[in-house]
Amino acid sequence: MEKAILATKIGMTQIFDENGEVIPVTVVEAKPCVVVQKKLEETDGYKAIKVGYGEVKPNKVNKPIKGQFDKAKVSPRKYLREFRVDDVDKYEIGQEIKVDIFKPGERVDVSGISKGKGFAGAIKRWNFNRGPMGHGSMYHRRPGSLGATDPARVFKGRKLPGRMGGKKVTVQNLEVVKVDPEKNLMLIKGAVPGAKKALLLIKNTVKNNK
Amino acid sequence: MDLIKMVEMEQMKKDIPDFKPGDTVRVSVKVVEGGRERIQNFEGIVIKRNGGGLKETFTVRRISYGVGVERTFPVHSPRIDQIKVVRYGRVRRAKLYYLRDRIGKATKVKEKRR
Repeated sequence: MEKAILATKIGMTQIFDENGEVIPVTVVEAKPCVVVQKKLEETDGYKAIKVGYGEVKPNKVNKPIKGQFDKAKVSPRKYLREFRVDDVDKYEIGQEIKVDIFKPGERVDVSGISKGKGFAGAIKRWNFNRGPMGHGSMYHRRPGSLGATDPARVFKGRKLPGRMGGKKVTVQNLEVVKVDPEKNLMLIKGAVPGAKKALLLIKNTVKNNK
Repeated sequence: MDLIKMVEMEQMKKDIPDFKPGDTVRVSVKVVEGGRERIQNFEGIVIKRNGGGLKETFTVRRISYGVGVERTFPVHSPRIDQIKVVRYGRVRRAKLYYLRDRIGKATKVKEKRR
């Protein structure tokens, strides 16, 4: 990973491009992230940086977490996240990472925790088809056959009703439409996982756009 | 501080005339034809305004060669050169879908006294 930043989802709207066409965009607020720790090959066995993001009241931070911030001599932040980077030497402890690392026209991958849907049936969760509603069918939204009779069991991985959403989801290859470093705002074309105010990880895309 | 409003404010037009459903408007639309830009007028009755902020749209209905034509424009679109209110109408609905079922003289909207 070349570069990444933590951000908050604000919501969706639309803007006009220079031809007057409407582009759907997600507004994302990325206040500066601060580097709290560097993980190196020699000491930790892998290369990564740990960053803090967001505002928090100092009395809401517990001692073990506060200790990590104190060691880096930065004020405590709401979230503490780690991500792998190719070049750790580019970062200094206490350095701020701002939105302006991304430029308009760049492609990004955005990860977030999707909205929880609760206990969802097979139709909503796995896009199964529904049974007939009329003609005395009495088989409306059920999942159907669970498999053959011969193995005398249901194979693992059978798609059935269950908890849906609330999982980490990544949307790849989204276009950065606009970056406003003064207001710490970024506009990303299209939808992004998660509810409003949710934490997002924005990184440069793994897709090869050549 | 509403950040979405702030983003939208940048592109919002401030010189939009006050018009409502029932009003007759002339919309000047910029059309690009073979690399050349020209202005095309579309005149008719506003049958609805939809949405808010930068997303707001309005629909204009006119009868063209005996066929009803409806065009929906974003209010703040940069492709719209000008919106001119020709006539103020007096209506009692926000959405004038009933005009679609009417033909001839019945499609007329009474003028508002102001």
